[in-house]
Amino acid sequence: MSAAAIPVAQIKTITMSIYRYDPTLDKKPYMQDIIVEVPTDKDIMVLDALHLAKAQEPSLSYRRSCREGVCGSDGMNINGKNGLACITPLSEVIKRNKITLRPMPGLPVVRDLIVDMKQFYDQLEKVRPYLITKSDSPDIERTQSPEDREQLDGLYECILCGCCSTSCPSFWWNPDKFLGPAALLQSWRFIADTRDEATDERLDDLEDAFSLYRCHGIMNCVSVCPKGLNPTEAISSIRNKLLTRKKG
Amino acid sequence: MLVNEIINAKDLPVMEFDGIIVGGGGAGMRASLQLAESGLNTAVISKVFPTRSHTVSAQGGITCAIQSDDPDDDWRWHMFDTVKGSDYIGDQEAIEYMCSEGPKAVFELEHMGLPFSRTEEGRIYQRPFGGQSKDYGKGGQATRTCAAADRTGHSLLHTLFQANLKAGTNFLNEWFAVDLVLNSDKAVVGVIAFKIETGEIYYIKSKATVLATGGAGRIYSSTTNALINSGDGIGMALRAGMPVQDIEMWQFHPTGIHGAGTLVTEGCRGEGGYLLNKDGERFMERYAPNAKDLASRDVVARSMALEILEGRGCGPNADHIFLRLDHLGPEVVHKRLPGITELSKTFAGVDPAVQPIPVVPTCHYMMGGIPTNINGQVISVEHGEDKIVDGLYAAGEVACVSVHGGNRLGGNSLLDLVVFGRAAGLYIEESMKQGIEVKDASNDDIEKALERLNRLNASTEGDQVSVLKEKMQQNMQTNFGVFRRGDLMEKGIEELAKTREEVNDIFLQDKSATFNTARIEALEMQNLFEVAEATAITANERKESRGAHARDDFTERDDENWLKHSIYYADTKEVSKRDVNYRPKTVQAFQPMVRSY
Repeated sequence: MSAAAIPVAQIKTITMSIYRYDPTLDKKPYMQDIIVEVPTDKDIMVLDALHLAKAQEPSLSYRRSCREGVCGSDGMNINGKNGLACITPLSEVIKRNKITLRPMPGLPVVRDLIVDMKQFYDQLEKVRPYLITKSDSPDIERTQSPEDREQLDGLYECILCGCCSTSCPSFWWNPDKFLGPAALLQSWRFIADTRDEATDERLDDLEDAFSLYRCHGIMNCVSVCPKGLNPTEAISSIRNKLLTRKKG
Repeated sequence: MLVNEIINAKDLPVMEFDGIIVGGGGAGMRASLQLAESGLNTAVISKVFPTRSHTVSAQGGITCAIQSDDPDDDWRWHMFDTVKGSDYIGDQEAIEYMCSEGPKAVFELEHMGLPFSRTEEGRIYQRPFGGQSKDYGKGGQATRTCAAADRTGHSLLHTLFQANLKAGTNFLNEWFAVDLVLNSDKAVVGVIAFKIETGEIYYIKSKATVLATGGAGRIYSSTTNALINSGDGIGMALRAGMPVQDIEMWQFHPTGIHGAGTLVTEGCRGEGGYLLNKDGERFMERYAPNAKDLASRDVVARSMALEILEGRGCGPNADHIFLRLDHLGPEVVHKRLPGITELSKTFAGVDPAVQPIPVVPTCHYMMGGIPTNINGQVISVEHGEDKIVDGLYAAGEVACVSVHGGNRLGGNSLLDLVVFGRAAGLYIEESMKQGIEVKDASNDDIEKALERLNRLNASTEGDQVSVLKEKMQQNMQTNFGVFRRGDLMEKGIEELAKTREEVNDIFLQDKSATFNTARIEALEMQNLFEVAEATAITANERKESRGAHARDDFTERDDENWLKHSIYYADTKEVSKRDVNYRPKTVQAFQPMVRSY
């Protein structure tokens, strides 16, 4: 969309205060104010506003792909709260014609709004995020009742954007040892799947002081999840499963 | 060696794999899975983390005769529907292969853990989709699209990523492939690629290179496609002297959200939704008396465009159509279509369980692409004869195998991805076993693949990407949309020709090597432009109306002259014809008929 195409009366200017850092050029990060013209007759998303800023400042860097909240590329810190830029309406976050954008906290910054997600992905891999089966597969699909399948609702929809784990103080402190809400949600997604045959091994993997038990129920993960998922509940479900296993 | 230096072939570090796959979407990861599971050293080069690929946006499902909803369903009926949907320029050998191998590929996905929705019997849930029939069009609407709610693409992509982690595939995530490397025999022996984060650049060498780069919907200004859909594989292939086939065939999806372009699945109509004009009329009954709202996509999109053109559009500007779902009740809407509920609220401000969704036909899918055989091997056409390009494969939307012909049926894209990603993998696995000898690329060969990057790095002035892109997108939208006309297309082609030099000489102001998205967008723009130009020239050449290609100046299908594939080469900018395959192996070929729904 081009600002030039909009009649003047339907335009207002806003200030986007954006975290800038290119390690090859800048000694340290700084905040840059970019003034952009946005329409007043319709709402746009924060990502649309970022595109307008980038048309002025082509060096401004951020990740984006689907622009509809399903690919999880554009997680960032919007006015102090993590969210996806593409499904956050500007009207909901703009204050006194200003919006502040920073990279998601707790992970190393690669450049501008782009963080290094390695720790996040490494933790995900630790939970073996794939179906493990030991019995032979049938010639057609395995059967699963609608009720059993329903157990996966609220789990399989995760888009791995990282908003939850990077808003979690426990993950900030121990990003290498605490798995974080996103990975634990995935862990429960497979434990809860009636087709998976590795529940015991999965639970064994979580029985240490850090992997799971560093969750202190702060629930930032729940309040920021752009898909409305509940990692804290998944973590409680794993804890319950571990407890009942001990009793058993 | 960094991407922002002047790069010499002789200093370029080399990485080597048995097989490389460019693109981490559904087709790419199905191919890589096949290779990795067979023990080959396999790498996926993806410009985004794989789960950010556009397969994630597919909603309604994967069409396949798995006989869950209807135990008597038959893959031959699916084949008949697909041939008819293609307006008879889909290759029947390929369609036969896809429809008959499909069930195996779908069950494999379930075994990998794909969380399909379920029937009361515990089998995979299927829903009706457009263009589906029983008994070769004689038995009424079929129910053949396997679904995971309305998040089937997301579920499929994540499942394939998970399976690849399990299989030990090497992922070069956030790496950008620039161009193909060809040896002196014109065999493909790898790609030039760089790591986006650091700018480290390599020649990645391989005896098998699979292009699985997806579509290029961003040549249009209004599209359901992700911002990353820039036709990178098409650009690479055309620059390397390979052809594209049927590239004029672009699908406009009937239901993109008005204004935003985001997709609303055909599954909405499969679940019982329907379209209304401003008079509250179910107008599809007039255009397709039998299938109505579930006619094939080209038919529905044209009907909607006509309603709007004739002044029966909805809203203050009479510029959209309403998709009604509220009569289905909140139970069905929220359970079967939760993703649509979310998207409608976010991008249209309506809850579909209460209000209709404002929709318009929106660019959605590239039926054409790099021609391949059913093993995924890329084909070039020399003096009218097919010739296999050694070392190069293509699968998924970038390829034209061709199962979609002039119009793709809903739910067939996901099936295409897994069936032909798998087929390419199987073929490569087999040919590796037998051993492949290829000549190494010389420094001169590699140098050719570096030209584009070096030119960009040397740029000191010129146009910015954002300006060039907008100009191209407006042009394509205006002159190559749902309805096409010779004089307008010629104007469009002229405009593109004028921009060609500017696109070759894009100005890259930001020369940083670190996660430089401006460099990526410049390289993508050049790829998009290749697709746009190929589309424009070929569309003007095809002087008939067939499938998604509807001309006001040639309104009829012309089987005498155009029951053919179009073939386009970028160096000559010429269009030739190639025979459509009417030789299925196990059934009688379906002959062209009048196509009505």
